[in-house]
Amino acid sequence: MPSDLSTTYLGMRLRNPLVVAACTLCQELDNLRRFEEAGAGAVVLHSLFEEQIEHDQTEFAMVQEYGADSFAEALSYFPSFELFHTGPEEYLRHIEAAKKAVSIPIIASLNGITRGGWSRYAQLMESAGADALELNIYFVAADCNMDGREVEQRYIELVQAVRESIKIPLAVKLGSQFSSPGHLARQLVEAGADGLVLFNRFLQPDIDLDLLEVRPCLKLSTPLESLVPLRWIAILYGRVKCSLALTSGIHSAQELAKAILAGADVGMIASVLYQEGFGVIGRILTDLAAWMDEHEYPSVAAMKGALSQQNCPDPAAFERGNYMKALVSYTGRLI
Amino acid sequence: MKSGKFVTLEGNEAAAAIAHLCNEVMAIYPITPSSTLGELPDEWAAKGRKNIFGVVPTVVEMQSEAGAAGAVHGALQAGALGATFTASQGLLLMIPNMFKIAGELTPTVFHVTARTVATHALSIFGDHSDVMAIRSTGWAMLAAGSVQEAQDLALVAYAASLESRIPFVHFYDGFRISHEVNCIEVLDEEQVRAMLDPEHIRAHRLRAMNPERPVLRGTAQNPDVFFQSREACNPFYFRCPEIVQKVMDKFARLTGRQYHLFDYVGAPDADRVIVIMSSGGGVVEETVEKLLGEGERVGVVKVRLFRPFDAQAFVRSLPKTVQVIAAMDRTKEPGAIGEPLYLDVVAAVTEKWAEHAPDRPMPLVIGGRYGLSSKEFTPAMAAGIFEEMKKAKPRRHFTIGIEDDVTHLSLPYDPSFSTEAPDVTRAVFFGLGADGTVGSVRNTCKIIGENTPLYAQAYFVYDSRKAGSLTTSHLRISPRPIKGSYLVSRANFVGCHQFVFLERFDVLSMAEPGAIFLLNSPFTAEEVWDQIPAEVQEEIIRKKLRFWVVDAYRVAREAQLGVRINTIMQVCFFKLSGVLPIEEAVQHIKDAIVATYGKKGGSAIIERNFAAVDRALDALAEVQYPQQITSKKHRVPPVPEDAPEFVKKVLGKMIANKGDELPVSALPVDGTYPTGTTRYEKRSIALEIPIWDSELCTQCGFCALVCPHGCIRMKVYPPAVLEGAPLGFKSADYRGKEFAGWKFTVQVAPDDCTGCGLCVQACPAKDKQVPKHKAIDMLSKFEHLDRERACWDFFFNKIPDVDREQVKIDTIKGSQLLLPLFEFSGACAGCGETPYVKLVTQLFGDRMMIANATGCSSIYGGNLPCTPYCTTPDGRGPTWSNSLFEDAAEFGFGFRLAVDQTVEYCHELLRRLTGQLGDNLVSALITNPQETEGDIRRQRELVAELKRRLAEIDSEDARNLHAVADFLIRRSIWSFGGDGWAYDIGFGGLDHVLASGRDINLLVLDTEVYSNTGGQSSKSTPRGAVAKFAAAGKAGRKKDLGLMAMSYGNVFVGQIALGANPVHALRTIIAAESYRGPSLIIALSHCIGWGIDMVTGLDQQKEAVACGAWPLYHYDPRDKEHPFHLDSKPPSMPFKNFAVKQARFAMLVRSKPDRAEQLFQQAQEDIWARWRLYEALAQLKGNGQFLEAVQAVSGSEVTT
Repeated sequence: MPSDLSTTYLGMRLRNPLVVAACTLCQELDNLRRFEEAGAGAVVLHSLFEEQIEHDQTEFAMVQEYGADSFAEALSYFPSFELFHTGPEEYLRHIEAAKKAVSIPIIASLNGITRGGWSRYAQLMESAGADALELNIYFVAADCNMDGREVEQRYIELVQAVRESIKIPLAVKLGSQFSSPGHLARQLVEAGADGLVLFNRFLQPDIDLDLLEVRPCLKLSTPLESLVPLRWIAILYGRVKCSLALTSGIHSAQELAKAILAGADVGMIASVLYQEGFGVIGRILTDLAAWMDEHEYPSVAAMKGALSQQNCPDPAAFERGNYMKALVSYTGRLI
Repeated sequence: MKSGKFVTLEGNEAAAAIAHLCNEVMAIYPITPSSTLGELPDEWAAKGRKNIFGVVPTVVEMQSEAGAAGAVHGALQAGALGATFTASQGLLLMIPNMFKIAGELTPTVFHVTARTVATHALSIFGDHSDVMAIRSTGWAMLAAGSVQEAQDLALVAYAASLESRIPFVHFYDGFRISHEVNCIEVLDEEQVRAMLDPEHIRAHRLRAMNPERPVLRGTAQNPDVFFQSREACNPFYFRCPEIVQKVMDKFARLTGRQYHLFDYVGAPDADRVIVIMSSGGGVVEETVEKLLGEGERVGVVKVRLFRPFDAQAFVRSLPKTVQVIAAMDRTKEPGAIGEPLYLDVVAAVTEKWAEHAPDRPMPLVIGGRYGLSSKEFTPAMAAGIFEEMKKAKPRRHFTIGIEDDVTHLSLPYDPSFSTEAPDVTRAVFFGLGADGTVGSVRNTCKIIGENTPLYAQAYFVYDSRKAGSLTTSHLRISPRPIKGSYLVSRANFVGCHQFVFLERFDVLSMAEPGAIFLLNSPFTAEEVWDQIPAEVQEEIIRKKLRFWVVDAYRVAREAQLGVRINTIMQVCFFKLSGVLPIEEAVQHIKDAIVATYGKKGGSAIIERNFAAVDRALDALAEVQYPQQITSKKHRVPPVPEDAPEFVKKVLGKMIANKGDELPVSALPVDGTYPTGTTRYEKRSIALEIPIWDSELCTQCGFCALVCPHGCIRMKVYPPAVLEGAPLGFKSADYRGKEFAGWKFTVQVAPDDCTGCGLCVQACPAKDKQVPKHKAIDMLSKFEHLDRERACWDFFFNKIPDVDREQVKIDTIKGSQLLLPLFEFSGACAGCGETPYVKLVTQLFGDRMMIANATGCSSIYGGNLPCTPYCTTPDGRGPTWSNSLFEDAAEFGFGFRLAVDQTVEYCHELLRRLTGQLGDNLVSALITNPQETEGDIRRQRELVAELKRRLAEIDSEDARNLHAVADFLIRRSIWSFGGDGWAYDIGFGGLDHVLASGRDINLLVLDTEVYSNTGGQSSKSTPRGAVAKFAAAGKAGRKKDLGLMAMSYGNVFVGQIALGANPVHALRTIIAAESYRGPSLIIALSHCIGWGIDMVTGLDQQKEAVACGAWPLYHYDPRDKEHPFHLDSKPPSMPFKNFAVKQARFAMLVRSKPDRAEQLFQQAQEDIWARWRLYEALAQLKGNGQFLEAVQAVSGSEVTT
């Protein structure tokens, strides 16, 4: 009997635990169809950035006003335009089209900058037919006078505000840099989050050695990166009442299996899609099924959380300092 | 009380709406102030707005007004209803077709925003010199005098033209009506349809050319029948006035607004009547109404139909009691007995008075000129005319509104005479172009006009400079319709939206006693008093003004609106003026914000503006000021005390906005002005200026090279020069062998810098410890101003310029050590054109003659008050002139011909005088090759010696040679212009001059759009770019002007981009100038019209080259083996990546994404096709092979 790969994420029944993470590939309707055909359990659409929308709106308003009404011969420089695609309309149309194009769940993704913006766009996405919403909260606390509590409070208030404005399931995609991710996770769930996505990979500033300039940089993930979220999924499993998704570093069935064993409901992939193409989805699922078969797991549900901190033979392993643990194991193996 | 549907709009929009409904084909060409007349139908057509026939009319942009008239002529002959829009020189270019159209009795309407025709100077402003130049074409001429009439009489013109078969010019005053905002009762489509008789339209179509029933029109006729044929049209002209009146009567039945051929307003028993056309009519009418109330017997005849002039109808419009008639012309015909309207009035009265009033003596007719180039015409002036008419012997010919102290023709008048009623809100607002003041006043006018029983009128006066420009907005709000079109001179509300204006302008001169003065101030109500100049304090106290402040910039910052303070100041105006309850006003303002930004998808902008509106009133505070002057600050004189007399007495007045006060005697008789006067106007508009770090600087010269305003200078000098340098003056050891041991300084002119920041973008030298710090940084001007002023003064006046012979001019550094002879122009901050202009003057300026096409370069090059072209300390420099938009190449070619001819003459005289001058001198003068700076210096010395010797010879030949001896110094002849000139309107001439083989340099400052007239598409506009007349993105490919020029084989062609490869640009310019034949340099110039932050202009140029949209190359006919060199690398980035950073392309992505995708794809294909072609051409050896290949691709004939 084949393994049962189905899972439940954010209250939605998925045919398997492999979800396409928010990435630029999700902008094309054709790609969504190919994800579905390849077997993906669900898709998170690329993020709608409120900042980008505001930037575009401001830029276009500025352009129309730049140099205008200054010189008698050239009171404007462009024909007047209407219906600029600077707002969220394009994204909302994409949700609608995606819902028509595929039958797997479509999770919209939102990055806001203002409380009003978060709620407004969340409502619009819900109205457009999104099955769930993933909040992509991105806040770099560069202000050294801001304490961690204040930062966390912003997250919580934001989740509350969005929760109040929509009825569809709500996931929160977090960064990894919190003093006490577990505590924050609980508070977010209390604030209304139905799921947590661990962890976001941010655009990181890099230095151009020739130009002595700082440039934004986003590199594709490696499987090693899955270890950090793996630890926190394992710790949170059973301790927070919400769905868990592991994102970052899933490149094969191995990382996906580990994620589920740690307690994730789903694993999300993106980098590997860019590297290996759409076919990787089928390969991961086949390999996962084979592994489950080999290890006699009849279903994903049976795997889920088996090696979480609660269930694993050595709970302290998730708490130990990595250096000591790695050193000891390494020497032990050598000896 | 208003009834009907009132809308607030500009005159041009009012007329354009009628044109859009009544026409099928509109062929247009941009020209101020008529450009919007064509742009609006183009925009409406793009949005699918239909005409009365249920079809979207076709609007096409042509290559010139001549082309537009030709296309309309063709459309009319083919049976369509067609029209065009123009002004000034544009109308003159249409004249040949206008004669034809009238001769063929073809109905059409040309809408003309009457504008000054260039004479001693160009002027974009309004008068009737253009329309008066077409009197002989046979067109009917219908004058509108208000925004309402601009609409109404446009429709009358269409209806009358269709019935009479006479083509109509429908005209109104440029700017004063075309750009006045007023609330008018708009015509609906049904009314328009009802006015146009379908029978007449069908008749027009049936007269059209049709192969099914062919005719021949436009024969060549001979003496036997031409004359009789010409007379055959008479009945149509005789009937025309009657038809116009019939149409006017029908219009009155439909709308309630009655017009007559001549509308008389005034006393039925008037003894004095002024006859006038267009906007002056409303002014005189206001005056008449006031004078009637004072018991005077006066009146005004407003002329509607000027051609055909119905003498009988005119005379019948006059009261029989009239004794003196003053015919007022807004034009000048030097040498005529009088101006056109005067002559017509004289003739009409002479012919018809006896019939009209046989028992009354014929009135005296006098003629006056007023309002040339939008000179104000006010009720005070009208009253002055009526005063003159009271005299026993009034002047037969006079002017009004100026002081003519030369021929004493001007009438005196009492400027204190006013017709303004106390219940009219009269407001004046001083703003900066960038702060949105004009927009907010326009919006206020709209709010009042469309939402209240009140009437509103707004008019705007703009600066002559493009950077940091002052705008003055004049607003009237009245319970009655506002007839008079003239500026507010007695304001009961003055808004000064920029604190710094208080130091530069007398902003309160228009405030009447007790007026409200609202100041945007960074200082609080408690602090502000001592911060304003003493002169302003004095005026506030003397006039007992109510003084309010608001820190609008703070509110705008808090609301994330940047420098847009418009809505904040608007709210404060409503609050203080009390024209509406503030709650109601705020709601209207918010509605307007939604209307403005909502359709552009700008919810974020709407929220920010709402926040600004809500916070504005909290920031508003009244100033309780003392009754004595306490300030130590004073208004800054417009020019320094040590400026030359002419600059102080004449230009200084213009700078201070008091040019109207200058008498005739103060001004040059032929439009000749001294150069080098921008240096006296210290506008000090930058907030940040570049500050040099002498230690970090690599002395590359890029900062000076790219500075659009000539504000960053470099000098190299012996160390001893530093004696007496002011504290803080910076210098470094010169890096380089040629001036070893000398010092080097980069210095900014702090009061002339516009703060554009291009220099910092160009600077490659970064501090290794703190890389954000460069060798030149933008820092607060106010913190550095005193020191930098002293340093600039020392640098400019005390450090000598380098010896040109010692400099390696083909290096950036060397070229930038040369003195720029183009400085501190009024171009836009960060202009992409002016660095080229400046560079050329550095290289060749001391022997340059420039023929400048009309456009941006003629405006920043020659718009008064000040001139940026300047001279070396010994007085040499570019001599500059502007002929027309279309003929800069021919104009420069004329320079060349004259110079060559005169050199020949010089040589002939030298030969004749050899005996007295000596063989050696004559031979040296004739044989000097004049290739190098040394040769030129030597030639100048020889010419000086020649003149010295000639002065001692008493002969006609000697005196003649003395007069022309300067021609012996080799001149560098240039034509400058933009792509509108080179690719479109001037292309024919440019092509001809290139084909001439003569030594002339044509510099095309290619912004890829008509920049000066506000962003219309040219044939240089790239595929996919949005521009006016290409609202859906330009579908066609950019013209390859360089390739066409290369096909001649003997033209030097260079395509350059200073931002991408400055050395290439420099060396191409030098090579072009050294070529003794025609040279064409096509210089990529970034522009506001690209929709970019101008500080990124150089980067945009870099990317244009990197993506292949702008390949760099040069073609040098002297290189017989390898004439064509492709000087840039193959495209290395997708076109799309370049395009999306510029709004001109990105707009299309946001409005029509599918079309954008398609056009960008095609543009990418264009790039590769062009690149492959150029690569292939670059491989070819020998000019012959090259020309064959070019001929094959361009299809042009090879000329060698």
